Amino acid sequence: MSDTKTGAETLINALVEQGVEVIFGYPGGAVLPIYDALFQQNSIRHILVRHEQAAVHAAEGYARSTGKVGCVLVTSGPGATNAVTGLTDALMDSIPIVCLTGQVPTHLIGQDAFQEADTTGITRACTKHNYLVKNADDVSSVVHEAFLVASTGRPGPVVIDLPKDVLMNQTGVYKRKADVRRSSYRPVVKGELSQIEKAVEALAGAKRPIIYAGGGVINAGPNASKLLVEFTRMTGVPITNTLMGLGVYPASDKQFVGMLGMHGTYEANLAMYNCDVMINIGARFDDRITGKIDEFSPNSTKVHVDIDPSSINKNIMVDIPIIGDAGHVLEDMIRMWRSKALSIDAGALSDWWGQIESWRSVDCLGFTQDTGDAEIRPQHALKRLHEMTKHRDDVLISTEVGQHQMWAAQYIGFEKPNRWMTSGGLGTMGYGFPAAIGMQIGNPDACCIDVAGEASILMNIQELSTAVQYRLPVKIMIINNQWMGMVRQWQELLHGGRYAESYTESLPDFVKLAESFGAKGIRATKESELDAALQEMLDSDTMTIFDCCVTKDENCFPMIPSGKPHYDMLLPGTSQEKVAAAIQGEGLALV
Amino acid sequence: MSETRTFAVLVDNEPGVLARVIGLFSGRGYNIESLTVTEVDDDANLSRITIVTGGTTQVLIQIRNLLERLVPVHRVEDLTANANSNDLEPPVQRELALVKVVGAGDKRVEALRIADIFKAEVVDTGLSHFVFEVKGRKEQLDRFIELMVPLGLNEICRSGVIAVSRGDQAL
Ligand SMILES: Cc1ncc(C[n+]2csc(CCOP(=O)(O)OP(=O)(O)O)c2C)c(N)n1
Ligand SMILES: [Mg+2]
Repeated sequence: MSDTKTGAETLINALVEQGVEVIFGYPGGAVLPIYDALFQQNSIRHILVRHEQAAVHAAEGYARSTGKVGCVLVTSGPGATNAVTGLTDALMDSIPIVCLTGQVPTHLIGQDAFQEADTTGITRACTKHNYLVKNADDVSSVVHEAFLVASTGRPGPVVIDLPKDVLMNQTGVYKRKADVRRSSYRPVVKGELSQIEKAVEALAGAKRPIIYAGGGVINAGPNASKLLVEFTRMTGVPITNTLMGLGVYPASDKQFVGMLGMHGTYEANLAMYNCDVMINIGARFDDRITGKIDEFSPNSTKVHVDIDPSSINKNIMVDIPIIGDAGHVLEDMIRMWRSKALSIDAGALSDWWGQIESWRSVDCLGFTQDTGDAEIRPQHALKRLHEMTKHRDDVLISTEVGQHQMWAAQYIGFEKPNRWMTSGGLGTMGYGFPAAIGMQIGNPDACCIDVAGEASILMNIQELSTAVQYRLPVKIMIINNQWMGMVRQWQELLHGGRYAESYTESLPDFVKLAESFGAKGIRATKESELDAALQEMLDSDTMTIFDCCVTKDENCFPMIPSGKPHYDMLLPGTSQEKVAAAIQGEGLALV
Repeated sequence: MSETRTFAVLVDNEPGVLARVIGLFSGRGYNIESLTVTEVDDDANLSRITIVTGGTTQVLIQIRNLLERLVPVHRVEDLTANANSNDLEPPVQRELALVKVVGAGDKRVEALRIADIFKAEVVDTGLSHFVFEVKGRKEQLDRFIELMVPLGLNEICRSGVIAVSRGDQAL
């Protein structure tokens, strides 16, 4: 019996074999054996968060910025239920997470024992897969399978529910990573060549082509982004990115037409509407992108590259589906484009670019900022953040959810993937700060900034304590408009200006709040103070909150109202009446 | 346009697998007309699920893809679509029902006579009741049950549809 180990020790060994360096967690009765095993080893670092939701978001930030699997450890019952929002967020945004949850001992399961929750039942709909481990002998194989499932195919969160007796029992069984496979799980990576051939030929025959790339390219790894750049440049085609895909193509490049969708650029959305061939790589025709489905890009041949077959023909019927990993498919596309010596008709392409330039000249993100004592406009604050950091290669940005998130997406340009972390699918307020903590843990020397709203930041503000404990120089830039701005905007535009419950009453003094946690607080209220405050934030080597007080009633434009087609875009300066008239009927029921 | 399809799904026989399949339908608002499941391969620990469902072509493709995405799922076969595309008759589909009929006199005699036509077997009886075991296609069972209504139909239990494709190809 000398070489047996407890379930908890076996668990740690399996995590180490998987290369886990960090776990974000919070202890409790059911997971004490794991904490005991963690205490007695030096390979894995544990980061103690202050709320389990934050543990999952931190693991997401870690995973998205490093390309590794994020690992979470929470206790049974409330620990597991607190993790549910984070798991759902990771599922919607396809982020690889392994979440270990404690469970009451097997003989108590089903007895409504103290801190018992049906964790596998509750998380079935918000995970890619989950496990209840009933025997210590199974611990190692389940861990290896969980990492495989979380990180391959379309990535996602996986829960391993671990009853306390399983963690304490002895086992002599240890399966190595290389010996674990699951015959029913076989994600496709290589796209079908005949389909890829059709796709490149369609592109070569195009007169008004566009590439629309999303988060799938990021998930396919940094090389996929390089291939995307290569393919886009060799074909000369305009490219747009989704909110999730920002950074897969350098924002400063002239072929980049900006983000598309509800708050995307005029040129990107009109190019999508008017194109004749659309190549979607790693995006999912989300409703924020398509607007009114039956008027979405009505005259185009649509190619859709996705690793998840269930994303294809889900919202939009496409002509050339390609199931596979974005990187592999791009590699094949490039090879075929070369070997067939394909090109797009130069005259047609230059006419198309002429058209796009005329849309671009509308300058849909233009705004004016008065100087001196003038109030800071939120767009200006983010534009300045971009201008003051764009020469650096080490800036990682996360966001909360609301107007500030959209302005950050519009005004901060990303040159590389894995530098922009935002809650796209679920739209989770409270995501950004813990995500930034995870980013900072994974990238200790990077400049990690959470662009926040004053309402969102209060949803996980307790994590200041975590950041201070681990001496993380995370920066929170609060775009403080004193309103739940995005809610206020919809109420202004859609509900006759009846601002029900969207004013953020009784806000704390964020500078004092930061100081009370031992962090640094900075505030700017007028244009003349902005740059110095931003610089102070950027230079700070401790946890810092920058309370950037901005104009209160700003709206986020351009905007395609829900249920409207791409050409019905509202630009800055649109009159109230025109907005009200644009949003009528069915659109009101949409979110 | 909505059509009805029969799916055969081969899964690892493990806890939660049925909940995953059902959750996929309920979570996305798809309907299940019939669902049966039981272990079919003891050694390989495999169960076979037969699902009859309806929806537009887009929904049916989506159902298939979502089923395939589940980790414990080995294979998903749209038996109806396969039969169509291979120019075969629709798949062989069978269902079993246990039908309790309570009555006396003429009605009792008539019930027996109809049972005979449907090749239903009497699996339990007393002076005032029969339990019939009847099997066949879903429509046949529907018809049998309908005919038993005026004759004292008292309780019904149906197994749900099981199905295999025609021809020599296996799943
Ligand atoms: C957890 C959660 N609850 C509610 C919402 C709905 N919601 C979306 S944006 C928003 C307001 C956000 O306000 P703030 O953080 O101040 O950002 P702003 O829009 O003002 O920039 C709300 C309530 C949400 N996205 N997430
Ligand atoms: Mg706000």
